[in-house]
Amino acid sequence: MAARTFTINDQLVSGREGETILEAARENGIYIPTLCHLDGVTSVGACRMCLVEIEGSRTLRPACVTQVVEGMVVHTDTERLRNYRRIIIELLFAERNHICAVCVANGHCELQNLAIAIGMDHVRFDYAFPVCEVDISHGRFGIDHNRCVLCTRCVRVCDEVEGVHTWDIAGRGADARVITDMRQPWGESTSCTSCGKCLLACPTGAIFRRGATVSEMERDPTKIAFIVAARDQRW
Amino acid sequence: MSFLDLDEWLFELARHVELVYSPLADIKAYPEHVDVALVEGAVANADNLHLIRQVRERTRTLIAFGDCAVTGNVTALRNPLGAPGPILQTLYVERADMSGQIPDAPGIVPALLGRVLPVHAVVPVDLYLPGCPPPAPRIRAALEQILAGGEVLLAGREMIKFG
Ligand code: SF4
Ligand code: SF4
Ligand code: FES
Repeated sequence: MAARTFTINDQLVSGREGETILEAARENGIYIPTLCHLDGVTSVGACRMCLVEIEGSRTLRPACVTQVVEGMVVHTDTERLRNYRRIIIELLFAERNHICAVCVANGHCELQNLAIAIGMDHVRFDYAFPVCEVDISHGRFGIDHNRCVLCTRCVRVCDEVEGVHTWDIAGRGADARVITDMRQPWGESTSCTSCGKCLLACPTGAIFRRGATVSEMERDPTKIAFIVAARDQRW
Repeated sequence: MSFLDLDEWLFELARHVELVYSPLADIKAYPEHVDVALVEGAVANADNLHLIRQVRERTRTLIAFGDCAVTGNVTALRNPLGAPGPILQTLYVERADMSGQIPDAPGIVPALLGRVLPVHAVVPVDLYLPGCPPPAPRIRAALEQILAGGEVLLAGREMIKFG
């Protein structure tokens, strides 16, 4: 594959044709924050955490779905980007009920980590305090919509890796919710194989193991990429 | 309680400050010309609202101290349930073990506000100290910087993690 040479934060880097800015940045040791991106499944550019500036481009571009171009000049850590990222994180906290002190993911949460990294010491927006359900009808897992950031990692991993597509999104805007099958309780879903891949993929305290209490939900989402890579080698 | 985890550093602190108001000290009114106030808890009722306005007027540096003050935290769990009236009705009457009634003692039991609010939603806040509770080293780092004068900078997991 042809090589592409370009710069990220004034550093000369090379990537492969067809590669995304995020992949190239990581290969060159440059950190770009992400939330909806998950190694092993298709990127959808949903959360906008990974926005970067490209000189000559009027709009900001999500690094996880933008391919590298020869000679492009990329900035990943400008004042403007840091400002937008903090706004995005604050809006995610304001949109649902994130009560870290009593959350299963406290201390092991990607949203929390991003908030720390961006320096969020408070949320400037009014909290929406929406009514959100907790579904513990499944024997092994539960879903707490108070903590869901609608990243669709569960949807994609279930569809693309487990090949089942139990999860999807229903509703629009503030009413959007991840659902199982035809919006029935998870425990009544006939398609769910109880494989637990959505549990591995979820970046927050939304999908949890039944019985897990505060701070107990630790997981390793890189296992998804591991499973995918292992399969690719086999078949 | 987390404040008491500052252990012997409290003696050091005591050499630099004069404690003029605290829920644990027997001082009735919030005094004038206060340098620093650590405000614990969210704004949930009429008394809280009155006091926080007074604190803001009479204090130079107001610190939102802990997750409840900064976010509402568990004390704001009632917010999605709507207005306080029906919640009180459910808790004190419908689900009461014995013949229940809603506490009603004007001037003694303060009326609940429609929503529990973080402090900065009511008055301007100068510094945020998240944590449930904020760990002692975090409190100390903030207070040391304040005592030293100049800008206070709190960053990183040890300083600003919620929960
Ligand atoms: S999901 Fe993460 S950010 Fe949300 S309450 Fe839980 S620990 Fe906090
Ligand atoms: S349940 Fe978890 S993985 Fe699924 S959309 Fe919500 S936050 Fe993302
Ligand atoms: S990680 Fe790129 S848009 Fe979410």
